Amino acid sequence: MSLLSISASPHVHGDNSVKKIMWGVIYAMVPAMLVSIYYFGLDAVRVTLIAVAASIFFEWLFQKYLIKGADTYMDGSAVITGVLLAFNLPSNLPWWIIVIGALVAIGMGKMSFGGIGKNIFNPALVGRVFLLISFPVQMTSWPKASPIINGITDAITGPTPLGIVKEGLDAGMTVEQVMAQVPSFMQQFVGGIGGSLGEVSALALLLGGFYMLWKKIITWEIPVSILLTVVIFSGIFWLIDPTQYVNPMFHLLTGGMMLGAVFMATDMVSSPMSRNGQLVYGVGIGLLTIIIRMWGAYPEGMSFAILLMNAATPLLNITFKPKRFGRN
Amino acid sequence: MQTFKLGGVHPPENKLSAEEVVETLALPKQVIVPLGQHLGAPATAVVNRGDEVKVGQLIAKSSGFISANIHSPVSGKVFKIDDVYDASGFRKPSIIINVAGDEWLESIDRSEDICADIKLNQKEIVDKLNEMGIVGLGGAAFPSYVKLMVPDGKKVDYLLINGVECEPYLTSDHRLMMEKGEEMLIGATILMKGLNTNKAMIGIENNKPDAIEHLTRLATKYKGISVHSLKVKYPQGGEKQLIKALTGREVPSGKLPLEVGCVVNNVGTAFAVYEAVQKNKPLFERVVTITGKSIKKPSNFLVRIGTPIKELIEAANGIPENTGKIISGGPMMGKAVLNDDIPVVKGTSGILLMPDTEAKRREINTCIRCSKCVSVCPMGLEPFLLSKASMLAKFDIVEKELVMDCIECGSCSYTCPSNIPLLDYIRLGKNKVGQIIRNRNQK
Repeated sequence: MSLLSISASPHVHGDNSVKKIMWGVIYAMVPAMLVSIYYFGLDAVRVTLIAVAASIFFEWLFQKYLIKGADTYMDGSAVITGVLLAFNLPSNLPWWIIVIGALVAIGMGKMSFGGIGKNIFNPALVGRVFLLISFPVQMTSWPKASPIINGITDAITGPTPLGIVKEGLDAGMTVEQVMAQVPSFMQQFVGGIGGSLGEVSALALLLGGFYMLWKKIITWEIPVSILLTVVIFSGIFWLIDPTQYVNPMFHLLTGGMMLGAVFMATDMVSSPMSRNGQLVYGVGIGLLTIIIRMWGAYPEGMSFAILLMNAATPLLNITFKPKRFGRN
Repeated sequence: MQTFKLGGVHPPENKLSAEEVVETLALPKQVIVPLGQHLGAPATAVVNRGDEVKVGQLIAKSSGFISANIHSPVSGKVFKIDDVYDASGFRKPSIIINVAGDEWLESIDRSEDICADIKLNQKEIVDKLNEMGIVGLGGAAFPSYVKLMVPDGKKVDYLLINGVECEPYLTSDHRLMMEKGEEMLIGATILMKGLNTNKAMIGIENNKPDAIEHLTRLATKYKGISVHSLKVKYPQGGEKQLIKALTGREVPSGKLPLEVGCVVNNVGTAFAVYEAVQKNKPLFERVVTITGKSIKKPSNFLVRIGTPIKELIEAANGIPENTGKIISGGPMMGKAVLNDDIPVVKGTSGILLMPDTEAKRREINTCIRCSKCVSVCPMGLEPFLLSKASMLAKFDIVEKELVMDCIECGSCSYTCPSNIPLLDYIRLGKNKVGQIIRNRNQK
């Protein structure tokens, strides 16, 4: 008999681990990654690889020289930040802008708060918004998405459906006229709309979402509350005046809606802990996104909405406690 | 499928000894009988060094309202009364008896005949359980007669019999239900009479279909007793969770099950009640599971109280080479013990030997705020917050965040992907807050 261990109960541990969760998220991103490669070819691979490599490098660098804790660069969280950052970038972005994005995402968004588990904001979104504000031209000229098997079409760039609608409506066109210029809902759902790497197919993102639900990495509260809020809130305006406000389906399927609802808003670290808190957080993201999309200066509001609600998370944690047993 | 609503986990069941029929363990050479093996005040010894005792003879007397009599599990001579390590890791006063022969008190009915006819009235039942030293055999060892003393103005709607056995590995309750089902149901009927209620529900998790079927069939003969199949979920054996699962009622925080008209007793207790009332037999032996992945012969033994656990381990073909931890109880709430000299007490449901590969804790990582601890907490608490506040000694926050509601089931620590020992810190906080509350109430 070897020396006996003495410790307090419980004496067994489940098979959860940080690594398992992180790699589960990475697997869930594979369908969307494949779709982006299908539409943007090697450029998608280039952007993703640079973003991931730079994120891992900065994670290692800051951990070693700033935080001086145990190595975390291979726990998978830096890979997730890298891929999510890439999902938010156009495929023709110069490499150095991507590296700056990763530096801001990991350095400012994550490590400056103390590394994994400590950040207030979603790191990838911090990187994306920084780039959007600093490099507005490069960040908003997206190559048109068309399958690589049709030959090289990278040269053509154009705005996203959201951009077309925003500009059209601002110019005084009716919804009918504007909608004639954007892809059909089916196309938006399956893939092939213009935009950042991770935005082209709502279907691929949903697949990843269902995988994470199945593996119990995320819960339904956040994505469902976001999407429902978007449908209801934009639906009310659409019902009031369909000539001025677009169909809620359009809001649901375009831009970063699915990407945000499935992968960004569900980030464990920056979202609330209790179920009610998560529901309020989701409703807040949905409302803010539609408000920005309808009346803001930017065509897309998902990233801002998530970051704003990230900031509200500590407050939500204090306000919305779990349902207690025996205290009704 | 019935179960409780809030939280819960499902650890691998590992019921290795579920098919092993209960065997009677050979008498040890010496027994160590701790005086404090029930909840409440330790009993007072009524024998002295050198006294001859018989099996079933009173050797220590209940010393208060919440306390219990202790009877000699063996016949022989009192060797000494001394402080000995028990499962808590502390030295506790114990009566040590050297075994000689196996001479039982003549008042005990040793026949195997089943007596279904309950002769005692309500008050006599309460007194009998008190006299026979019956305590809850589910683990907490709460004196059973106290549960039958229903205060004026309170009414018991249901007697709940706990056959859940939600702890992985343990099978003693399962075997008892299979082999002593009839006796157990009579015990339940006695408890119903004692509580003045005509409804009893037996809750069994559906990983024991044989026990559910067996008892359902037997229960048709007993008026008012129904058997309920429950979805497997830990900690369903917790009193509050079982009440919620079976009746949908929620025991208010800080209150007893009586508040919602329920009294819960373990199946083992129901059997002990039968033996005490119908056979005049004090509680001096119980079924104990001896199990573990490396044990050659996982078994269930009928063991005299006070038997050192090494006797059990020997009977299961010896201690495996790779043993890294010995646990008294199940893996979720059991206590890791110091060595194999620890005696079996009334509350010992099993002895679990863990291989050294599983005995060590995993490396702790940073909290990633995944909120899994919140979603598995059966009491609706926030373990991440309680443990952090305890760690930082912010006990006002720990109290405000309802640490006293924690039932210490360990679901949070079990599920934490960062391997944070949440319950360790929460226990610390609970201890401190308990002290703070007691001091405040004294002022």
